[in-house]
Amino acid sequence: MIPYPFEYRRAKSLQDAQAILANNPDAKLLAGGQTLIPTMKMRLANPSELVDISKLAELSFIRADGDALTIGAATTHGAVAASAEVRRMIPSLAHLAAHIGDPAVRAAGTLGGSLANNDPAADYPAAVLALNATIKTTKREIASDDFFTGMFSTALEDGEIVTEVAFAKPLRSGYQKFANPASRYPMAGVFVAQTKGGVRVAVTGAGPGVFRVTEMEAALAKNFAPDAVASIKVDPADLNSDIHATAEYRAHLVTVMAKRAVEHAVAHDGH
Amino acid sequence: MTAVSMTVNGKAVSADIEDRTLLVYFLRENLRLTGTHIGCDTSQCGACVVHVDGRPVKACTIFAVQADGAQVTTIEGLAKDGKLHPVQEAFRENHGLQCGFCTPGMIMTAVDAITRNGAMSREQIRHELEGNICRCTGYHNIVSSIEDAAKKMSAA
Repeated sequence: MIPYPFEYRRAKSLQDAQAILANNPDAKLLAGGQTLIPTMKMRLANPSELVDISKLAELSFIRADGDALTIGAATTHGAVAASAEVRRMIPSLAHLAAHIGDPAVRAAGTLGGSLANNDPAADYPAAVLALNATIKTTKREIASDDFFTGMFSTALEDGEIVTEVAFAKPLRSGYQKFANPASRYPMAGVFVAQTKGGVRVAVTGAGPGVFRVTEMEAALAKNFAPDAVASIKVDPADLNSDIHATAEYRAHLVTVMAKRAVEHAVAHDGH
Repeated sequence: MTAVSMTVNGKAVSADIEDRTLLVYFLRENLRLTGTHIGCDTSQCGACVVHVDGRPVKACTIFAVQADGAQVTTIEGLAKDGKLHPVQEAFRENHGLQCGFCTPGMIMTAVDAITRNGAMSREQIRHELEGNICRCTGYHNIVSSIEDAAKKMSAA
């Protein structure tokens, strides 16, 4: 499996990466490459130039300050999973990162890459949306509710680079997924987060993109317990059907995973 | 063509290669280090796992130019002075392979998992092996081999 030819550039700085992107609209950013490189090997993507930002130290950090947790876009899943700060402040986020792909994927794949790609079955979008995180880019700050715009699409403009993601420590949170037995991508993954401002519930894997379930949010705001969501079902009409599961089955999984995520948040503090 | 240099199994190597050359082809075809296997070509099976700067990497999912300047260890770099690495020894003792095709990737993944975790439960070992597929389905003895090696290496 050999991709089409391209030119590789290792960015010396964020400015350097921006300049390369500005010069060549066909250039693509390379971070962990765990989606982009397989896609290029299948010749489904054919960028003429790759700009490697994975080695930029300015994009790779985890910073805890009071209740704020900021993670650099090029921070790997493995680094998030192993971080004492993340485990202390948002254990469910460390738990989520520890269950993305496999150890080799986690050693390379990055937070920013996952968000920018917005795979409908990626794990991170559920955490970012439920935790109401803010995505910072080279141009602006984007609220999680505005960032994810559909299957593999985001609010990012051409040449705009995700630099960091700002999370606030929730009161309690949990993430549980039902993984496809072969691919291990979630067929339904649910992230619940309880904060002073209320409860947010985000679902990945089940629909064409990550989405919130406001009915569950309202029920959990009154009673943050697994039983509160047990009888709430999302509409299968909005979910995916494929050879792995029907939309009806995915709708059922969303309820079950939501219950488990709340249980996880209550009983294990998301660990 | 781009000039790349890296250290592979302690030896400095360099070559002029196309930017699109995957690390696994560089290892196998330029360096003739054919212990790193290509099992699936689609980034799923883990037969090609090597270590780049101490991290486990699927060599089919990284371009060789990305490893420019890096320290790379392949299965050929584990044995020292004719003596098998403890994980290799444990795979031999516990019959941790059937056809052996996935073994290089299994062992490189196991070495990394043991380095990070020390002794592990069988369940934890299976979680660590998420990205390594054995088409003989010989997982039972692979898990036993890693359990054994982790115990011995943590005791040492």
